[in-house]
Amino acid sequence: MKSKLNLDVKQIDEARSSAKRIAESMQEFIDRHTTVSTERTILRLLGVDGTDDVLTPLPNVVVDRLLDNGQLSKGVANFIGSAIHNLKKSPQEISEMVSEGTLDFESLKPVKKEDVEKALKPYITESLKKIKTQTEKREEYLKTIGEGKKPYLYVIVATGNIYEDVVQAKAAVHQGADIVAVIRTTAQSLLDYVPFGATTEGFGGTYATQENFKIMREALDEAGEEVGRYIRLCNYSSGLCMPEIAAMGALERLDVMLNDALYGILFRDINMQRTLVDQFFSRVIIGYSGVIFNSGEDNYLTTADAFEEAHTVLASQFINEQFAVLANIKEEQMGLGHAFEMDPDMENGFLYELAQAIMAREIFPRASLKYMPPTKFMTGNIFRGAIQDAMFNLVSVWSGQSLQLLGMLTEAIHTPHMQDRYLAIENASYIFNNARNLGEEIEFKENGIIQKRAQKVLKDARALLMDIEKEGLFSTIEQGKFGGVKRPRDGGKGLLGVVVKNEDYLNPFIPLMMGGAK
Amino acid sequence: MAQKKKEEKMVATSKVDLTQVKPYGDSLNDGMVETAFTLPVPHGEEANEAARILTKKMGLMEPNVVYSKDMGSGYTFFVVYGKCVHTVDFTNIKVTKVEVDVMSREECGAYWEKNIGRPVVIVGASTGTDAHTVGIDAIMNMKGFHGHFGLERYKGIEAINMGSQVPNEQLIEKAVSVKADAILVSQTVTQKDVHITNLTNLIELLEAEGLRDKMIVIAGGPRISHELAQELGYDAGFGPNSYAEDTASFVLTEMVKRKMV
Ligand code: B12
Repeated sequence: MKSKLNLDVKQIDEARSSAKRIAESMQEFIDRHTTVSTERTILRLLGVDGTDDVLTPLPNVVVDRLLDNGQLSKGVANFIGSAIHNLKKSPQEISEMVSEGTLDFESLKPVKKEDVEKALKPYITESLKKIKTQTEKREEYLKTIGEGKKPYLYVIVATGNIYEDVVQAKAAVHQGADIVAVIRTTAQSLLDYVPFGATTEGFGGTYATQENFKIMREALDEAGEEVGRYIRLCNYSSGLCMPEIAAMGALERLDVMLNDALYGILFRDINMQRTLVDQFFSRVIIGYSGVIFNSGEDNYLTTADAFEEAHTVLASQFINEQFAVLANIKEEQMGLGHAFEMDPDMENGFLYELAQAIMAREIFPRASLKYMPPTKFMTGNIFRGAIQDAMFNLVSVWSGQSLQLLGMLTEAIHTPHMQDRYLAIENASYIFNNARNLGEEIEFKENGIIQKRAQKVLKDARALLMDIEKEGLFSTIEQGKFGGVKRPRDGGKGLLGVVVKNEDYLNPFIPLMMGGAK
Repeated sequence: MAQKKKEEKMVATSKVDLTQVKPYGDSLNDGMVETAFTLPVPHGEEANEAARILTKKMGLMEPNVVYSKDMGSGYTFFVVYGKCVHTVDFTNIKVTKVEVDVMSREECGAYWEKNIGRPVVIVGASTGTDAHTVGIDAIMNMKGFHGHFGLERYKGIEAINMGSQVPNEQLIEKAVSVKADAILVSQTVTQKDVHITNLTNLIELLEAEGLRDKMIVIAGGPRISHELAQELGYDAGFGPNSYAEDTASFVLTEMVKRKMV
């Protein structure tokens, strides 16, 4: 396809290769480390669930024990495997024994590597089968009842109470939503464990728990069958429990997951080493289970200027794409993020937004681009807010975005009320339908404002990527180049949970999932 | 005759009785109000009637359901017009405002030089689980907001911005260790009144440690008013569209007033 923006293919290729080298060099660091959350994820995938009597999740109990004893560098799978081999008990039973104090891993006889792997095998197979059953179910739904047209209408629910969320979500489906995201409660990203069971108390969002996932999944399947359209469920594989939530999402058939180490570093002050290692395993799981991940570049524009810093969004998309490639994620599952966040008082702002949206589409032709609405410049003037959202919707259908996170006219005031969501869906449906094929009809003036804007953003992104390649990603973040937020390499939350692997380290899921095991 | 009519008209529009003010649509005292809301009832004539009855109870007479829409799952959305029966005595309104003559950044500098002369230490943070920093950054950081420079640029002021998600205990610890003259707290997330709990907790901790009177304590955020802040035990509260000069003017004059210099 010919570029409508007259983008220089050579520059795109250079930017992409640069991002590839940045990701690969980070991957070397990642491959040498594991984290407490990565290890807890392995336990969850081996079927360990539930809590001890003070409500600490069993995966935490077991992993913390190994961490305290300085044994985590071998990986929890080694210990569980040898315990299965020795005791002929399941990973769940073994974890319960550890928690009750009736099993000490050190008392176990050493076991050969092959025997460890053999002991784990049935549990691994069962887990992968569960995930495959879910992916097949999604495919089955898509084949039978189908799905909405792109850009998918993506709305959020955020009542804090999963049962109230269900009411809101079902209503949204009847109003036309294609994707429902359950926003997480404020403090969850900093919890180093995943709460257990159904929850009804959250602030600005609802806890991500496996039970909550299950409740919402059932509700959306039911609503989807009623309206004859598959409804995608979205949640957050982010924060200190990134990979665990990815595993829970894979098991409960989530379809979309927010997943971006940079977001956690910049906006939640999570330690960069910790979350980049966590991100890798979570992306492997996401890739394997057919989930679309969403990256969080759009957020940079809430702390930095959307016009001046547009190239940081593109540079970060390139890097996120390459991290995804390393985790074996298909292009269609790459929900790279960007946003319509320029100051509405800026002359020709619409032209610049349009240029950048089309640019993202041309540079990532098959990605499931996630386009975020105006938030920062939304005000209490909800009537004007509805127009800002309309402008955003027009750019989206024109430029062929994939996941349209709908703007709410009350964005500056509160998390969405039911009618806000209805008005947002109506706004987008009207514009998408009314301007469906606009993009195919229009070309741009050579060297006009639109072409020049896109070319400049690409040029600046390429230059930034070359800088990052020289500096390394860690120092780039330390210097505050993304979102204007500076974070030290050893600062933030969660660094204590990062462990160097020793030569016996084992994570049996990674090779199997990357190889697309059945 | 024509002349007289014109005069009457001019009189009609300007004769606002400020002791009995009502909403204005297109003629004085028509009381016109537009509302939008959702009821958890299925769409239909009964739903519309329910909306009318409810609107009357709000004090809006002759309610007119101009739009209603089925939102699925037994919920209905309404747009309803009505004529408000209530009035407000505008001559008798009282608002608690921060009482300070706001000085510009340069004026603050001059005031500091003349009346204080020693470094004024101000510690700020977005506290509790709140991860929003743009508000506190707007007040404290060099760059400021909307062309208003932040406290870091002020003569005589040493501004320490601790960022977001800062526990109250940590904020106090820092304030003590740098001998802060003032603490600035920003709160953005207000769902289920988390900000109230968190703001109250800070004051309780300060009181428990006998520190409350030693520092000027200020709260700010999009849903913070001076009145609310005072109720919660703060010296001042600043809401939307407030800038560093408001805070600086308040802190500097208050220090002089309290002889903290
Ligand atoms: C940017 C933004 C974010 C960014 C924040 C980036 C950052 N580092 O700050 C990101 C994307 C990270 C974010 C995350 C979340 N956000 Co947010 N966010 C916003 C947004 C779009 C703009 C806020 C902003 O920056 N305003 C600009 C600043 C300058 O304005 P301000 O804060 O009011 O500050 C001014 C005054 O209030 C005052 N002031 C402020 N503080 C202080 C302090 C002092 C001492 C003084 C004197 C004055 C003062 O001076 C400032 C300048 O005039 C608003 C929506 C909106 N348009 O308002 C939602 C919004 C605030 N977010 C919201 C929510 C719910 C969240 C999340 C909790 C969502 C979730 N469940 O994950 C998370 C936060 C998680 C957490 N742990 O807190 C809700 C809050 C709802 C409510 N009333 O409770 C809003 C309203 C959006 C919505 N409709 O849902 N958010």
